[in-house]
Amino acid sequence: MTDEIIRWITPWEPQPWLIVLFALVAACYLRGLARRRRLRDTLPALAFLLGLVSMYAVMQTHVDYYAQYMFFIHRAQHLILHHLGPFLIALSMPTAILAAGAPAWLNRGMRGLGTLPPIMWSYRFVQHPLISAVLFVGLIYFWLTPSIHFTAMLSARDYWLMNLSMAADGLLFWWFMLDPRRPGTTRTTYSTGLRIIVLWAVMPPQIALGAYIALAPDTVYDVYAVCGRAFPISPIVDQQLGGLITWIPAAMMSVIATLILLRFGFVHDRSPGATAGPSTKESPT
Amino acid sequence: MTAHFFRRHTFAGLMCAVLLLAGCGGEPEYTAHDITGVMPDLAFELTDDRGEKVTEADYDGRLKLLFFGYTNCPDICPATMSRIRAALGGLDDDTRNDVDVLFLSVDPERDTPKRLKQYTSSFGDEFVGLTGNQDQLKTFTKRYRVTYGYGEPNDNGFYLVSHSSAIFVFGPDGRSRLLVNQTETVDELTADLKKLLADLE
Repeated sequence: MTDEIIRWITPWEPQPWLIVLFALVAACYLRGLARRRRLRDTLPALAFLLGLVSMYAVMQTHVDYYAQYMFFIHRAQHLILHHLGPFLIALSMPTAILAAGAPAWLNRGMRGLGTLPPIMWSYRFVQHPLISAVLFVGLIYFWLTPSIHFTAMLSARDYWLMNLSMAADGLLFWWFMLDPRRPGTTRTTYSTGLRIIVLWAVMPPQIALGAYIALAPDTVYDVYAVCGRAFPISPIVDQQLGGLITWIPAAMMSVIATLILLRFGFVHDRSPGATAGPSTKESPT
Repeated sequence: MTAHFFRRHTFAGLMCAVLLLAGCGGEPEYTAHDITGVMPDLAFELTDDRGEKVTEADYDGRLKLLFFGYTNCPDICPATMSRIRAALGGLDDDTRNDVDVLFLSVDPERDTPKRLKQYTSSFGDEFVGLTGNQDQLKTFTKRYRVTYGYGEPNDNGFYLVSHSSAIFVFGPDGRSRLLVNQTETVDELTADLKKLLADLE
């Protein structure tokens, strides 16, 4: 039993700096919760930690082994890295709590970085609605191009580049989408309508790709046959499951995000100047 | 208003076009995937079909075709071995003598050296059977980012094994060169091997 647990939590390909990064973020967040006496504010904390732990689990536990050798588990891994995990993290609006828990030098450093013109410009650029939509869908299509997918699964370097780029883009996209501040507060806080257009614009390409993979009569990604599967399963079933994961839950995230944005809109309409979401409670001072 | 919108968004639009256009590549040289520099050099500690301990050094200086399988394999292994035999038939005798085909069994439970010998000798002299204990196999397969797994045994104790279906080609110096998948024909494989040998001259 213990052996089994150890086997599951041992990273298949350990990346020490990634483990340190996740530990640092988790430590800052927990410390921030305690310092701001927000321990009873369970829902955002739960969302944040669930997002963080799920992203860690698909990269640095034995789940990663199955993701490397089963197409449908790889698709589930990317669903978590690009959609679910970052969505939950952005939804919890963790900036204030992270800043409260982070050591002073780290806060100073982050603030300093954020005011550097090249960083500000690149951030505004990738958070431009059009660019952000193109990046979000483009990365899915890029890594699922059969020849690129082939090399990404074979080369250790490209494999990590793929997973980390998906995670980073997921965080940027949902951060942009689920910004609870009144539209116009910052240059990257776009109007609710525009954001809903982007959310719906990224849906059809994901549905098309997912449906194409799920309904393809032949093998689209031969790399899983080349590398062998983690357990014997029909290649076509593996591919159909992977297609369905790309198709349905991924597109549903847009619908869920639309509902959340509409709720933000109501909050803004009802009390001008308010920030929607959990951070409303800390505004009066 | 519209003009302003377009001015503000022209740059973003141009960048999208650049992103979409990027990614046109050159024409492929081999039918197989060229994996030079993508996968690590050949290195292993295994047991051969005479029951002796071997390492990659024992096959130094010869072109190596590596395939992962098991002797009870109903379809893909015998088919691939036959394809390799046919493809090698397209090379001249001298060249063929400088090629080793390494059949690596990932089913050491059933594939004893004796059984491996019986299996590989039916395909030709170039064919060598290799296997190892689970630690050795795991280390080696992980190095090449391939895996294997066992199915549930039926009433007769027979079980399926999932394994890589590709042929890995290594140069005489042990560097990884080509990855041949199941769709490549015998003639294409012969042509790829000839081209690789010529390129390595």
